[in-house]
Amino acid sequence: MHLPNTDRRTFLKTTGQFLIGFNLFPLLNCSPSEKDPNILQAYSGIPERPHGGRDLIDSWIRLDAEGHVTVLTGKKELGQGIRTALIQIAADELEVDIQRCHIINGDTGQTANEGYTSGSNSIEGSGKAIREAAAEAKFFLLQLASAKLECSLEDLNLSDGTIEGLQNKKTSYWELLDGQYYEKTISGEAPILDNKRHQYVGKPIPRADILELVKGKAHFVHDLRLPDMVHARVLHPPTYGARLLSIDKAKVEALPGVLGIFVDGSFIAVIAEREFQAVKAWEKLKESTVWEKPSINPLPDRLFADMRSKAQKPEIIQENPNISEKLNNSPIRLKSAFQRPYHMHGSAGPSCALAKWEEEKLTVWSPTQGVYPLQSTLADLFQVELTNIRCIGVPGSGCYGHNGADDVSAEAALIAKAFPGKTIRLQWMREDEHQWEPYGSAMIMELEAGVSKEGMIQAWDSKIWSDSHSTRARGDAGHFISARYLENPFEFKKGGFSGGAYRNAIPLYDIPALNLKLFNYDGPLRSSALRGLGAYANIFALESFMDELAETSDMDPFTFRINNLKDERAIAVLEELKSKTNWNAMGRSGNEGYGIAFAKYKNTAAYFAVMAEVEKDPERKSFKLTRMVGVIEAGQCINPDGIINQTEGGMIQSASWTLIEAVKYDEHGFLSKDWNSYPILRTNDVPEVEVYVINRPELPPLGAGEAAQGPVAAAIANAVFDCTGTRIRELPITAEKINW
Amino acid sequence: MKKPLELQVNGAVKTVEVDPEEPLLYVLREEFSLNGPKFGCGLHQCGSCLVLVDGEASYTCRIPCASFEGKKIQSIEGLSNGDKLHVLQEAFFEVQAAQCGYCVNGMMIAALELLEGNSNPKMQEIKSALNRVICRCGTHSRFIKAVKKATSSNSNL
Ligand code: FES
Ligand code: FES
Repeated sequence: MHLPNTDRRTFLKTTGQFLIGFNLFPLLNCSPSEKDPNILQAYSGIPERPHGGRDLIDSWIRLDAEGHVTVLTGKKELGQGIRTALIQIAADELEVDIQRCHIINGDTGQTANEGYTSGSNSIEGSGKAIREAAAEAKFFLLQLASAKLECSLEDLNLSDGTIEGLQNKKTSYWELLDGQYYEKTISGEAPILDNKRHQYVGKPIPRADILELVKGKAHFVHDLRLPDMVHARVLHPPTYGARLLSIDKAKVEALPGVLGIFVDGSFIAVIAEREFQAVKAWEKLKESTVWEKPSINPLPDRLFADMRSKAQKPEIIQENPNISEKLNNSPIRLKSAFQRPYHMHGSAGPSCALAKWEEEKLTVWSPTQGVYPLQSTLADLFQVELTNIRCIGVPGSGCYGHNGADDVSAEAALIAKAFPGKTIRLQWMREDEHQWEPYGSAMIMELEAGVSKEGMIQAWDSKIWSDSHSTRARGDAGHFISARYLENPFEFKKGGFSGGAYRNAIPLYDIPALNLKLFNYDGPLRSSALRGLGAYANIFALESFMDELAETSDMDPFTFRINNLKDERAIAVLEELKSKTNWNAMGRSGNEGYGIAFAKYKNTAAYFAVMAEVEKDPERKSFKLTRMVGVIEAGQCINPDGIINQTEGGMIQSASWTLIEAVKYDEHGFLSKDWNSYPILRTNDVPEVEVYVINRPELPPLGAGEAAQGPVAAAIANAVFDCTGTRIRELPITAEKINW
Repeated sequence: MKKPLELQVNGAVKTVEVDPEEPLLYVLREEFSLNGPKFGCGLHQCGSCLVLVDGEASYTCRIPCASFEGKKIQSIEGLSNGDKLHVLQEAFFEVQAAQCGYCVNGMMIAALELLEGNSNPKMQEIKSALNRVICRCGTHSRFIKAVKKATSSNSNL
């Protein structure tokens, strides 16, 4: 793999081109299997070169002279199917066969800076840019065609890149571009294709990478095998803030295959010829080190009390001077507090990255969600220019937010620096992943509301206690966990607490008076973005509380919600769920219970409503989540099967968080070290899931990847209440908490 | 420490020079360049590393490679016959049973073991067979569906 470490300026100098348009050089090194989406070969599709800024067509769409289309995106494939969705958009807008299209995603050497792939905004952001770039490219090419074929734009007929004018005169995209370079910016003036003419958007186009996965083709960063590659393991400290007192290197160095031990402060790594040799050395290192270990505080039994007492002065997010009056005047008034523990991302495959330093230049192959933020943070870590670092995004195991991906990348780079010329492949062990990833923060949500006799909500007062939901690396090396353990450590400044903590805390319901206060809390465990951020817990609380209010108002949960909504699309989603579940005809005689919940993610993204069905076994004092039915509306649906797949996954993942998960620790450190001490839902306990999509092709697409997390938690709580009469407000919802 | 070892992987016998104590997983990935079996936990808890050994799904992340001598090792790489996909591969693709796909290997191997002894498994049998494999993306319902589909689409598995 040839990896030029060059910026655009040097590139332009060396090629003698002043500016480069979206026409490209012929395929120089096109391999026979270049249609193969295998990442190990994808680079052979189109010659590599840097992008020239977000407003150039060339940064998003590249056509070569041979009939290939390459889509570029700064967004990463995380298993959400973004590659297929973006190709669908490009193929439609260019009106070409989808088979012509390839995609390159997340490479500082090639793609535009799109920050992090997070917050379900890839389709809204990258999708829009690609659509506009493709439309602009097509528009420009049609103008060229009209000149060449000597007829007006209206007389042109376009089909799969072939353009026909009058008297059977023909040309094509590829012919028009031959040998010429055009510098074109995205003016935003090119007409966008009418959605009724879409061939691919809105259709369940299968993900080609799944074909590769079932054949066992290389796909993950874990599967990269580069020349000169050696294997590394990091011995992380036994607990947060632990300090290395002594290490007996000799014993480990003597092991077969060991090439070196790297110690910098309390950061310890070993490299070996073979992977298992590195693992064995890592085990030996554990016995050969002595640490000073601070204890963790507060302990779980004091955590929530500590949160309330030690939090900072509240941030007022929203305030209404009339709220107390409104609450006082409401005939129905309720107050409840909810809790959520620390949750883990728990990626199935431990984080892995490769790094190589050569001639003062660093290349990192990383499963990161953001190659550019990673690049700038690495530049801080090594105090070098950005142009000396190239970050190439390669799929990792599903991450669901900020997991160990960036940390492992930085660690691989640190080790590589000590062994220049070698490609370091670092993979975490299971316990590294479980213990060192930044968890989803524990939270308290305290809600109070007043409802009129007619069942209309009058006032809603929320208080939230939470640690940060985003400590992602954005240029400060202290955000890499191991940078804090170096001899000259980088300081970790948590920075402002993000809006993530109160995501979805403001109800979408039409409520005249709203208050929202946020108490930022510096918690005992490392925390950051986990799928949905604060929305998961906020919606759990809000939608559980809605059920309490409906119950107290003696109203059906659907009716109560619909009556308090003005948003037509929200109502439509609830109505659809009601009809799909046959809600009114549902029998409630036996041991079953049903609960519903709804949210519009971030109040700006996808609408999602869900019904959960649980079945109790009073004899055994247990219950089981048996079925979930979801309805999602995300505006224009690019790939219905993709949305369904992701929503089903989100529902099952959220059910797992909600039913059985909580990170455990004691004063000595982490107790959740593996899948036995931190179990997650497995097939035996997974409920049946059904997902229905409402497609609105005339509306812009909305982010859908995190929509299910919060509503599922509340629907389960509501179903458990329906079934057992116990209202569980502290996650996880376990059978022991039910009053049998 | 290294010793020559004869292993039969996906029908081909090859002699490798490795530490006989090295778990099979590393040998499969490094000496046979397989990608299917993966490291997930190294603790027999997640099933990422499963392969078929004489038809039975076996963990490979801890068991020394030497103990696999003389046995038939099969991975998902060996499933398709040229361009012709195995029915289970076909079913997984048709159902689009993957999100990130890290667990797909384990799910397929667990399913293969089940289907080898039972061409028409019941729902609960499918669930139990897949239960040993961790999937964090929540793709379970699709894996179950794919296995069902494989059983109904072909009787000669
Ligand atoms: S890696 Fe072998 S069971 Fe997890
Ligand atoms: S599909 Fe990602 S772990 Fe199963």
